[in-house]
Amino acid sequence: MLDLLLPTLSQGLLWALMALGVYLTYRVLDIADLTVEGSFPLGAAVAAALLTKGFDPLTAILVAGIAGALAGVVTGILHTKLKIPALLAGILTMIALYSVNLRVMGKANLSLLRVDTVFSFIKSMGISNAQAVLVVGLASTVLFGLLMYWFFGTEIGAAIRATGFNQQMIRAQGVDTNVTIISGLLISNALVAISGALIAQSNGFADVGMGVGTIVIGLASVIIGEVLFGTRSFKNCLISVVLGSVVYRFVIALVLQMGMPPNDLKLFTSVLVAFALSMPLFKKSIDGRKVAK
Amino acid sequence: MLRVENISKTFHPGTINEKKALQDLSLHLNSGDFVTVIGGNGAGKSTLMNSIAGVFPVDKGRIIIDGDDITKQPEHKRAKYIGRVFQDPMMGTAAGMMIEENLAIASRRGKMPTFAWSSKEEDQERFKILLKELDLGLEDRMSDKVGLLSGGQRQALTLLMATLNQPKLLLLDEHTAALDPKTAEKVLGLTQKIVSRYHLTTLMITHNMRDALRFGNRLIMMHNGRILIDLAGREKDNLTIPDLLAMFEKASGNELDNDRMLLG
Repeated sequence: MLDLLLPTLSQGLLWALMALGVYLTYRVLDIADLTVEGSFPLGAAVAAALLTKGFDPLTAILVAGIAGALAGVVTGILHTKLKIPALLAGILTMIALYSVNLRVMGKANLSLLRVDTVFSFIKSMGISNAQAVLVVGLASTVLFGLLMYWFFGTEIGAAIRATGFNQQMIRAQGVDTNVTIISGLLISNALVAISGALIAQSNGFADVGMGVGTIVIGLASVIIGEVLFGTRSFKNCLISVVLGSVVYRFVIALVLQMGMPPNDLKLFTSVLVAFALSMPLFKKSIDGRKVAK
Repeated sequence: MLRVENISKTFHPGTINEKKALQDLSLHLNSGDFVTVIGGNGAGKSTLMNSIAGVFPVDKGRIIIDGDDITKQPEHKRAKYIGRVFQDPMMGTAAGMMIEENLAIASRRGKMPTFAWSSKEEDQERFKILLKELDLGLEDRMSDKVGLLSGGQRQALTLLMATLNQPKLLLLDEHTAALDPKTAEKVLGLTQKIVSRYHLTTLMITHNMRDALRFGNRLIMMHNGRILIDLAGREKDNLTIPDLLAMFEKASGNELDNDRMLLG
């Protein structure tokens, strides 16, 4: 059990960037953005393609982030300028990205076993592989967590957050909501793509199918985090989402340890999220019954 | 200050639901005018206000504020000139953000947001003083999320936000209609206080004839997308509800069919 602890924590931190991206759209912008199902493997594909061509890991991660940001902008334009419902706009980009990802990689699967990754770079400083993953996970989560905390405290960030709560209000204050929505989707998908780039390097491959279920994993992390660690302030929310991602990885590791077939993982996650999302309803009916008595 | 020139607006043109909401309507407001707007349901009061605010474009005509033609400007650009309070107390504030965050956003109404930190130290004291004047205890709750406030508190906060940087034009769209009578009276009192302190040019829609007569220096009554009655100064001061009803019947040729409006 103990030997599972460290890798699970590390994985949770690498996935936390993706969860923060989903938090941004789902909670801050109040949009269920399915683009992430395509931008996550996009980040992986871009990073893998660049790494196999000999680019250094930091460049690969940076370009992956930019690619993800562009994917977010596409969804944003489809939604705001072309007035396509957000859910459908995300699906359109996600499907289009499947082809894009195949083009980027040239094939469905790209191995990274023989190339230098950000992890082998850190390892060369004289630590174990498991420690390298933890270092990268911690560093990236802290870095992007702090960046997000700063950005969403600025005037622009506050305008984006207000957009999610009340578009009418922020327009009446002179902010173009098209711009704030596109910006939010841009940042979200950049984070998701960077997470994809890191996960691909940690797994040792990028695969065109690795995005399936990204949104559900993200939602599971967000909801678990919110329930366990609270939503008092924006800072509190960010920390909750990161911890939620870690807890989610522990839950997965635990049920696998207990003998659940890995093939059932996505079913398990979906049921978990469906249950968590319907909690308010259950709670209400239970409370209602209490009152009736 | 505000010149509305021959604007028309038709909703769902060419369909069975066609509604001529505004018909060749003109309205001039002088600087410092406090105009109350009354009229039955479907008279075009809200359409007039939303046309000025830029919620939708008008079909024809021009809208000029302080010499600037804003007819073609989108809603968010017009925020530079206009402060607004809506009928729905939920509409004017961001529920999930703190009182001070809402005020910070409002303090930059119409300005491009930057990368500067949103909550500024030097604003805190000013916000606190202004909140204290509302006399709702909000000055001690600046870090509370707005969603925790009552409808009346939210409406008072929205009013404060709309007038934080004195707007060229203040639009109040039945902003007390959703409140209980006591709270409505309080918010109306605050409105009067703020409007007269800054001499704000104000357009206030109300369903309540008594309020329309009590407040402001000018009263307009709308019917079928047109301004039917427009009274100002002493003419308005001496007006009574029966006078107003008689004038309405004479001008429109039918009786006022709105109970809610008569109740005042």
